[in-house]
Amino acid sequence: MRKGRQMDNMKGYPEGGRFGKYGGQFIPETLMPAVQELEKAYLSISKENAFRKELDHYLEEYAGRPTPLYFAPNLTKRAGGAKIYLKREDLLHGGAHKINNTIGQALLARRMGKRRIIAETGAGQHGVATAMACAALGLNAEVYMGTEDIERQKLNVYRMKLLGSVVHPVDSGSKTLKDAINEALRDWVTNLNTTYYLIGSVVGPHPYPMIVRDFQSIIGREIKAQSRKLAHSLPDAVVACVGGGSNAMGSFYPFINDKGVKLYGVEAGGLVLHGMLTYVLQDSDGQVSSTHSIAAGLDYPGVGPEHSYLKDLGRAEYFMVSDEEAVEGFHLTSKLEGIIPALESAHAVVFALKLASKMKRNQSIVVTLSGRGDKDVDIIAKQSGFSI
Amino acid sequence: MSLIADKFSQLARREEGALIAYVMGGDPTPEDTYSIVDAVAKGGADIVELGIPFSDPIADGTSIQAAGVRALSAGTRPGDVLEIAKKAKEKHGLPIIIMSYFNILFSQGVDNFMRHSRESGVDGMIVPDLPVDEVGPYSVTARKNALDTILLAAPTTTPNRMKLLASHSSGFLYLVSLMGVTGARESLQAGAVSLVKYAKKYTRGKIPLAVGFGISKPEQVKAVLEAGAEGAIVGSGIVNQVQSYKDDTERMLAEIERYVSSLKSASKGSG
Repeated sequence: MRKGRQMDNMKGYPEGGRFGKYGGQFIPETLMPAVQELEKAYLSISKENAFRKELDHYLEEYAGRPTPLYFAPNLTKRAGGAKIYLKREDLLHGGAHKINNTIGQALLARRMGKRRIIAETGAGQHGVATAMACAALGLNAEVYMGTEDIERQKLNVYRMKLLGSVVHPVDSGSKTLKDAINEALRDWVTNLNTTYYLIGSVVGPHPYPMIVRDFQSIIGREIKAQSRKLAHSLPDAVVACVGGGSNAMGSFYPFINDKGVKLYGVEAGGLVLHGMLTYVLQDSDGQVSSTHSIAAGLDYPGVGPEHSYLKDLGRAEYFMVSDEEAVEGFHLTSKLEGIIPALESAHAVVFALKLASKMKRNQSIVVTLSGRGDKDVDIIAKQSGFSI
Repeated sequence: MSLIADKFSQLARREEGALIAYVMGGDPTPEDTYSIVDAVAKGGADIVELGIPFSDPIADGTSIQAAGVRALSAGTRPGDVLEIAKKAKEKHGLPIIIMSYFNILFSQGVDNFMRHSRESGVDGMIVPDLPVDEVGPYSVTARKNALDTILLAAPTTTPNRMKLLASHSSGFLYLVSLMGVTGARESLQAGAVSLVKYAKKYTRGKIPLAVGFGISKPEQVKAVLEAGAEGAIVGSGIVNQVQSYKDDTERMLAEIERYVSSLKSASKGSG
């Protein structure tokens, strides 16, 4: 594997922290010097050969990159149109794409001399991925998690503890992801000098959306290289699910300038009325709503600013899939391909099936399978009337 | 001169510091807030800061978070808080500041929100998640609506940013006394006095300096004023009185008035 592979997508610096009119730094003054320090450190450290080598080492030897791009013959047959390929991020260490980002940021933090890492988690995947990276790199992790999510995701809470992390329950607001982020920010503002805030998606103040995008772009770069090798061409479409949007951003970003490749983000419809979801879920006063999706990883009331930008530009399109359709995607992927996908990823698969059926047989679609579905088996079992 | 700036110069002539009293709009109910503002004014507050409750108050500690939850549960909407501002202005003539997070302004249109605020007698705005780097278009709109844009400085603020803040803030500069979120603390943070002196180097002769976060006791008010600040901001201390006595309105109002009056006494003769 070529050296410095991870950081080849360093262009695309958002001037003034903006993606079009989105993004920015809407944070208290106390945090401003910290995000400025982070930006400066990132821009310089990420260019260092030693850092790139270290990152490549951990991604390959620890996390298990590259992940396969798998031609899914049975899903393809079922759709009866374009070929469907699955980008197997579910095979990474920890079972999801999250580790691409946590390893990258944890290495950055260590280089910056910060040994206390805080993070937020919703369903627990980012918390677990942070805990793994910190354990591997000898850093201390403390994870904020809403009490409602703790109740729903006991296994992940225990995993974090096994990995040596402290989990702080958050009992404010809706007791879910957005409140965990609020609490992590409050911690950060209090402990800036010692603490690195490791954000889990392409959200938050600049430079986070850029940093997370860059660390996740390994997904899209591998898709590109693997498609060329497997199919001798780029795919006609790339499909990924969007919560905050990190696996989608990582899948899309290397294709931004390849205009022939259509980009589709798939969001969770859940119980939320379609008309209500703009860019942030909020009421008419600007109070931010809590969200509900069967897939906890899609329970974030906003999307990353670069997604908002891509949507306005028309470069990427975003669609909704309901809970019921996602469950169907979950079953189909399991039965037809022998792969149990995360419910988040199942949203992308079910959308890709519809899309493929309207496309020609000589065309192809890559679906990013962002994670494996073990964590969702009990939810599906309950739905199907099994008790386990 | 804005009403806020005018108030600071009046107080300076009397050698008094400004006591800025924060009240969460709608806590425990919008109706109660009218009388709480009255109590705060009777207690001697020089400027009233009214909070608009927000679902995600990242700069606030547990006291003000809880106050926001009470206000939102009571159905408080931004317009209700502006109505309270209007009444308070008519009744007491004090400068009124609105404190809220940017999404509240943004979601209804900043211009729209500010026009409505001005019509409700509001004199200035504090938006803790709007740093000077993002303030450009917003302060233009504020000026157009004759509102002061009160910016925040913090212990982490570098000299260059202090200069920027002192020249972009209007009304006064709000100095956050500590690393962290709002909330009463037992004693003034170590370093708070030297922080005031540091900030003062950039504000002297330009703009009044008022200190908030972690200020809830008369001796803390006195200490920051003696260090050179022109004002002290007390929020969680008042909100805690609401929390403690909210089931006995009469007692609550009496306690708040007494508490504010003790803070105000501390601000006299130390400006």
